[in-house]
Amino acid sequence: MSGWLKDKEHLARMAGLFALGITAFFVFRWVMVPAGFGLYGHYRPGALDDARARPLHYAGRAACEDCHADVVAARVGSRHARIGCEACHGPLFAHVQAGGEKKPARPDSRILCARCHETSPWKPKAFPQVVVAEHSPEGPCVACHKPHAPKMS
Amino acid sequence: MNPDRRSFLLGTGKLLVLSTAASVAWEAIVAGRPETATNYTMTDHWWAMVVDIESCIGCGICLRACKEENDVPRMPQYFRTWVERYRVNPSDLEHPVVDSPNGGYDGFPGKGDPDPDAKHFFVPKLCNHCADSPCVQVCPVGATFVSPDGVVLVDKTYCLGCRYCVQACPYGCRFIDPRTSTVDKCTLCYHRITKGLTTACCETCPTGARQLGDLKNKKDPIHQFLLGHHVLVLKPQMATGAKVYYNGLDGSVR
Repeated sequence: MSGWLKDKEHLARMAGLFALGITAFFVFRWVMVPAGFGLYGHYRPGALDDARARPLHYAGRAACEDCHADVVAARVGSRHARIGCEACHGPLFAHVQAGGEKKPARPDSRILCARCHETSPWKPKAFPQVVVAEHSPEGPCVACHKPHAPKMS
Repeated sequence: MNPDRRSFLLGTGKLLVLSTAASVAWEAIVAGRPETATNYTMTDHWWAMVVDIESCIGCGICLRACKEENDVPRMPQYFRTWVERYRVNPSDLEHPVVDSPNGGYDGFPGKGDPDPDAKHFFVPKLCNHCADSPCVQVCPVGATFVSPDGVVLVDKTYCLGCRYCVQACPYGCRFIDPRTSTVDKCTLCYHRITKGLTTACCETCPTGARQLGDLKNKKDPIHQFLLGHHVLVLKPQMATGAKVYYNGLDGSVR
């Protein structure tokens, strides 16, 4: 036999090597690229699920109002009515999950109230402000003001 | 022997159908399982935030809540959101005096250093969740991205900690988490907003200075706010497509 068939064995060996290389490439790619990469863009779509799976700490106002109807009633028309419960009482998702157990600590009104109401020229002029040291040198703010409806009559 | 027209068409048809089927099958193999279906459809939302500077009292409750909710390092200088205090001489907008002790974590106690001839205000800051985000463009490994609902997120399992994005962000909203040496930033409380809750900072803001909004939801009050106010984004000249809209933003704010 003469002509191109003379190198047949050589060609087959090359073809085998190529096939092996291409298979190796796809196996490597399959191992290295996470499932779904590129589904929405140049990133791993599982990262969206990771971000969504983080634990909650703040339950949200609606969850508080499910149980604390008395406080909801006390806040009607109050100047604090629009403030989220957890702004003062802290994160309470664990309290909601425990069905009312794990009660939060009562906030220290001298620290908490001053954080918003201490006088500062940086605050908007219309916002109610006091110099706490002059307004009330000692004693908790809640001795006079009811925090859920702070206006004194 | 030349094939007749019928057998040629049949053969071509089979080839087309089979190769399409093979490519679909291959796509399915490469793609793996798509995300677990929930009742939240990402393409129905496009998240944004409104910050009303005229309502901010600098109490710092937003960033305290953020640190609690998102397990941000409690040390100073690590913030996903923070509050800056500006003192600006009206005739010299180029040189505002800005400070942010501990990001405003304890509010701004003390009298500060007010100037009777200057204007004073607070500016809360956070990730602007840019639609054309510079931080996403520079990430070499696809670890940070804009989600289909418009939130800039980080894939912590992919992040190398190379810090390109930290430098690229024009707003200084990113930091390296010292515990993992990967980048961390505001996720717009993605775990909350996808469950129908608002972000921790908006939930706790006592004056309503921060409002989360969904630009694709026509009933969201954010549309009324944006219609009724003159709002600005930070550094509009950067063309980042920032989605945190500030009401009452002074020209001196960087």
